[in-house]
Amino acid sequence: MNEQDARAAVHAAIGAVAPDVDLDDVDEDSRLRQDLELDSLDFLRLVETIDTATGVDIPERDYPAVATIKGLIGYLTAHG
Amino acid sequence: MPSLGADMEHGKLVEWLVKPGDYVRRGDLVAVVDTDKTVMDVESFQEGVVADLLVGIGETVPVGTPLAVITQTPAEVGAPVREAPPARAPSKAAGVTPRVPEAPGPEVPGPAAGPPVAPPVRHLAHRLGVDTGSIQGTGRDGAITRADVEHAVAARTGGAGRVRSSPRARRLAAELGIGLSTVTGTGPDGAVTVADVQRAAAGLEGAVPEIPGPELAVPELPAPERPVPELPVTEPTVPAPVTGKPPSEARERVASLRRAIGALMTRSKQTIPHYYLSTTLDLRTAVEWMQSVNAHRPVAGRLVPSALLLKAAALAARDVPEVNGFYDDGGFRPSAAVHLGVAVALRQGGLVAPAIHDADTLPLDVLMEQLRDLVGRARAGRLLRAEMADPTLTVTNLGDLGVDSVYGVIYPPQVAMVGFGRVMEQPWAQNGLLGVRHAAIATLSADHRVSDGLRGGRYLARINELLQEPEHL
Repeated sequence: MNEQDARAAVHAAIGAVAPDVDLDDVDEDSRLRQDLELDSLDFLRLVETIDTATGVDIPERDYPAVATIKGLIGYLTAHG
Repeated sequence: MPSLGADMEHGKLVEWLVKPGDYVRRGDLVAVVDTDKTVMDVESFQEGVVADLLVGIGETVPVGTPLAVITQTPAEVGAPVREAPPARAPSKAAGVTPRVPEAPGPEVPGPAAGPPVAPPVRHLAHRLGVDTGSIQGTGRDGAITRADVEHAVAARTGGAGRVRSSPRARRLAAELGIGLSTVTGTGPDGAVTVADVQRAAAGLEGAVPEIPGPELAVPELPAPERPVPELPVTEPTVPAPVTGKPPSEARERVASLRRAIGALMTRSKQTIPHYYLSTTLDLRTAVEWMQSVNAHRPVAGRLVPSALLLKAAALAARDVPEVNGFYDDGGFRPSAAVHLGVAVALRQGGLVAPAIHDADTLPLDVLMEQLRDLVGRARAGRLLRAEMADPTLTVTNLGDLGVDSVYGVIYPPQVAMVGFGRVMEQPWAQNGLLGVRHAAIATLSADHRVSDGLRGGRYLARINELLQEPEHL
């Protein structure tokens, strides 16, 4: 998956899980848990939404790598 | 208007999920009510046919106000029975001996040796809530005809003061499920005419959108009539698009939620003598077990630490019943069931604490599924009445968002609040050796009128014990 598609998939998934987040205003270094205030259930749903949309199932051991928006986009680019 | 929580004084009806003439069972969802805190689905407390809706969409009424008239079925039991909302267990109408057994397949001939009834007529009678055993048949061999059923309905909906009406108007009203007593008659001596019934029907149509079912509550009303635009119009697990809401309305909602929380917490702190305890949970085994389970699962089936903590909190409440129940005028009433309230932070601000029913009996996977469902619906503003009304013990899991520990304020009339802090790796000394383990701080805020530190401490210790055998949770 190229970076543009990965970014689109991440934006769509965050939009579904946290519709109040205005992604135009958010830095890609933002941390999903701390800065976007996703709790563990929100995060699980984010991972699930991305899996459904892109077929990339992020295993739990890789969660630290996808803690930020940028990390998540990078992960999808590498694995998608 | 049922009470949807200890702090609720009134509610706004935002949607009817039934219309007059509909047959409802106990527990069927009938209406959507907006409290200061959230939007909730309200179920029927009894079985029967909806004869009349008493509260219009957008009206705010005090708790205890009848919302609808539900006529019992099989019917002809005299005056329509008003829904008695505050009572959890509906009083079965006295003296009603149903002669037609609960027969969902209306084509099945009833075993009653009453007059012959053709299946379509029986179906009509069932739909309108008329007991065919109680009417005189005027057909061949005393058979009951459509007209007999309609007359019975007209007689019933007419009530004591019989409404003058034309036969055609009666027939139409019966077919449309409109109570004649609710129609303003414009005929001779105030008699209800066909035109009056049609007008009434049109009025109802205007107020009650045709809704295929509670799942698909798609509002069709024009904007001014739709007081709650944040009602989810998609599947309930998807949070409402908050961004699409007028900012002023979102602000007002958050403000009213904040007021409701403020009032309840003030009452709690003024009336409940809180005491507070904390302990550190050793989660090494639990987290390792969870990670090994999750490694083999697709994301949809994965567990989160919260699920384990909630299950342990529910199980421990069985062993220390002093933390589980209600305190009211009569003193402490322990609860046999553990309905675990889960404090859910709403993304737009504020929180609600709906219950996972019988959490102590649910297998971990089921509890996890219900937790996800509950949080999703809480955020979307679609909770069930019972979920808001009856938690017996509440857990706040703020640690999920990063704090080390949280000391909650008890939700009256409950008697305890459990708090879980962040699950994190910590240095851990054991047997003279220092290692690193997952751990979290559990706290208990409890009511001194009911328990003291010794029992409270036992409760927290029991949670820790249970978490050492996660495979048995």
